[in-house]
Amino acid sequence: MSSKRPALPRRGTARLDPIIAEALDARNTTPLTLGAFAALTRDRARTLGARALVFVLTLGASMLCALPFLLLSGADLGVTARAFFIGSLGSQFALAETLVQMIPLLIAGLAVAFSFHGGLFNIGVEGQLIFGGLVAGVIGAKLDVSPALLTFLCLSGGIAGGAFAALIPALLKAYRGVHEVVTTIMINFVAVYVALYAVSPKGPFVSASQPSATDKIPRDARLSVIWEGTRLHSGLIVAVAAMIGVWWLLYRTPLGFRIRLMGANPGAALASGVSVARMTNSTLLISGGLGGLAGAVQVLGVYGRFFDAFSAGYGYDAIAVALLAALSPIAMIVSAFFFAMLDSGAVQMQAVAGISREMVGVVSGLVVAFVAIQPAIVHLSGRIQRGNRPPEADPSSTQSLPLASGENR
Amino acid sequence: MSEFITLSLFASTLHLSVPVILPMLGGLLCERSGVVNIGLEGMMLSGAFGAVVFSYLTGNPWLGLGGAVLSGLISGGMLAIMSVLLRGDQVISSTAINLIGAGLTAALVPIIWGIDGTTPSVPKIPTLPLPLLPQLPVIGPLLGELSMIDVLAFALVFIVWWVLMRTDVGLRLRACGESAAAADAAGIAVTRVRIAAVILSGVLAALGGAYLSIVTLDLFQASMTQGRGFLALAAMVFGKWRVGPAFLVCLGFGLADAVALRAQIFTDELPHDLLFALPYLLALVALATFVGRASGPADVGKPFRRA
Repeated sequence: MSSKRPALPRRGTARLDPIIAEALDARNTTPLTLGAFAALTRDRARTLGARALVFVLTLGASMLCALPFLLLSGADLGVTARAFFIGSLGSQFALAETLVQMIPLLIAGLAVAFSFHGGLFNIGVEGQLIFGGLVAGVIGAKLDVSPALLTFLCLSGGIAGGAFAALIPALLKAYRGVHEVVTTIMINFVAVYVALYAVSPKGPFVSASQPSATDKIPRDARLSVIWEGTRLHSGLIVAVAAMIGVWWLLYRTPLGFRIRLMGANPGAALASGVSVARMTNSTLLISGGLGGLAGAVQVLGVYGRFFDAFSAGYGYDAIAVALLAALSPIAMIVSAFFFAMLDSGAVQMQAVAGISREMVGVVSGLVVAFVAIQPAIVHLSGRIQRGNRPPEADPSSTQSLPLASGENR
Repeated sequence: MSEFITLSLFASTLHLSVPVILPMLGGLLCERSGVVNIGLEGMMLSGAFGAVVFSYLTGNPWLGLGGAVLSGLISGGMLAIMSVLLRGDQVISSTAINLIGAGLTAALVPIIWGIDGTTPSVPKIPTLPLPLLPQLPVIGPLLGELSMIDVLAFALVFIVWWVLMRTDVGLRLRACGESAAAADAAGIAVTRVRIAAVILSGVLAALGGAYLSIVTLDLFQASMTQGRGFLALAAMVFGKWRVGPAFLVCLGFGLADAVALRAQIFTDELPHDLLFALPYLLALVALATFVGRASGPADVGKPFRRA
């Protein structure tokens, strides 16, 4: 069948209407002025350079806004910056530690981004992470099978645990129309208390020797260290595999296409025969499974057991990771690495410059804030560039992310 | 069992529901004007923190309440700028408020007091007993447990209901939430109304936080609100964006909290940690069973721009 069609180039503008092709060409060859940048972001930054520019500008603006609070804590900026880079990249050990921090951030960021692609906001990654970690820890401590099988069971158990935590919000969203933000947040708190109970003194899974934790997972069944002398474990491979898997699922499979279609326009998805309820379930379950995987990897790779406070708020920082990467799975490795640098550099910054670790949370909040107002900034700079002509209708500038918020509430 | 269900259970129900009721009122006003606000939790935290800081600096807890109002104005103003003025995505903007509120309050504690986590105690609002009311028959003893602040909080429920449903201002506000375009055509300044509603919701949520930090307790602790802002959101959704039902749901959450607290005192046999999940589970069950589709304001979540 396909051989009868004329061969079309896979890339380039030959498929397009000549007028549009010309316009695109003109846009792509324009030097990167403020106006060109505005146009590029409005097209959701099609070129790599523009994406990098958006990334750097968002990050720079957030850091600039966090600066007054750094000064408020009486820190010398030079000392702080030095401490930050030494703490995150300064030595082999520091670099490995940054990569260790990156693993859960990357996987959890993928979980958040995946739900965004389907037009849903899974804000409950933290809870799914806890459930996943708990299930993985319990399986690892209780089952007595060969190490390789145990690792596999722990990881898949973690995924199942995370998906289970997302199941109730998914069903409620799909069949009752309850906004997923409210329900996934509720699950976060339920997860915290269930985890506290599971390893409380009277809980069912608490270790006999260690309070507030499960028994240790056998050493052979844990994720092995892949950089001698550091804590860097093979969870990094799992994370990168998850990243490629998510990219493949989203952009190379029918399911991914349907999910992205639903995210871009639920009405169009419905009209073209996509079951929105089913896609909602798949999106949230896969997203939850990724969240659970993040928890399981953390338990298997770093701690070797589950304990009640094992997540340092990765699920919340993951929102910033996903948004900073503009939801691209591949770009997420950069944003996750940056937040991992903040996390590991924070230890040094606290010790040397007296800066609270909580500033990481502030920076991630600011990043989310700047991503939220990106369309407005783009729109404003476009208007300044055009002079005072009346703005033309520009639907893309009001919504840059495929989040149909407020729909089907 | 009879000693479990006592007057003090109901009194603590009322006390525990106030910090959910106030943000619920704020969220309700905000969403009725057409702006999604899931940032109540961050606004509560900033209010709790502002109250403690002002109470600590001035030594006067009533000025602490002023500090809460100020921080509510700031956090509400930030959300208004992001989501109404700049027309950013409302859910993402309010998520940013949550993250910044939680991070900044926790980061400022060591800057001001030099210690991590929990602040030392600051002057708290004195519990002024009510005149006359405790002498009433039947409900008198229960009212005797309440202080002036509680009564003011409950009065706010009525005031918000009255303003929203029985006044011109309320009608305008609801019009902006149901159809911003129609409201605009009728001559209502939609953007201005929404900004006012968002800022007001910040103030109400901040007062809810201040109730926790300088009325119930006398200190600030990192993430001390424990999801009450989100519970308020669930109460609002479950109450179908109406003041009365949402108020009753808040009382239900307060009761669940009070039961969990008292069970901890009374018996060792129940798993306490699971009991503390009770309000959240209750919220989930409530959302699962009773809420129908599309009961919120029609235009909520949609940024408005004049054509």
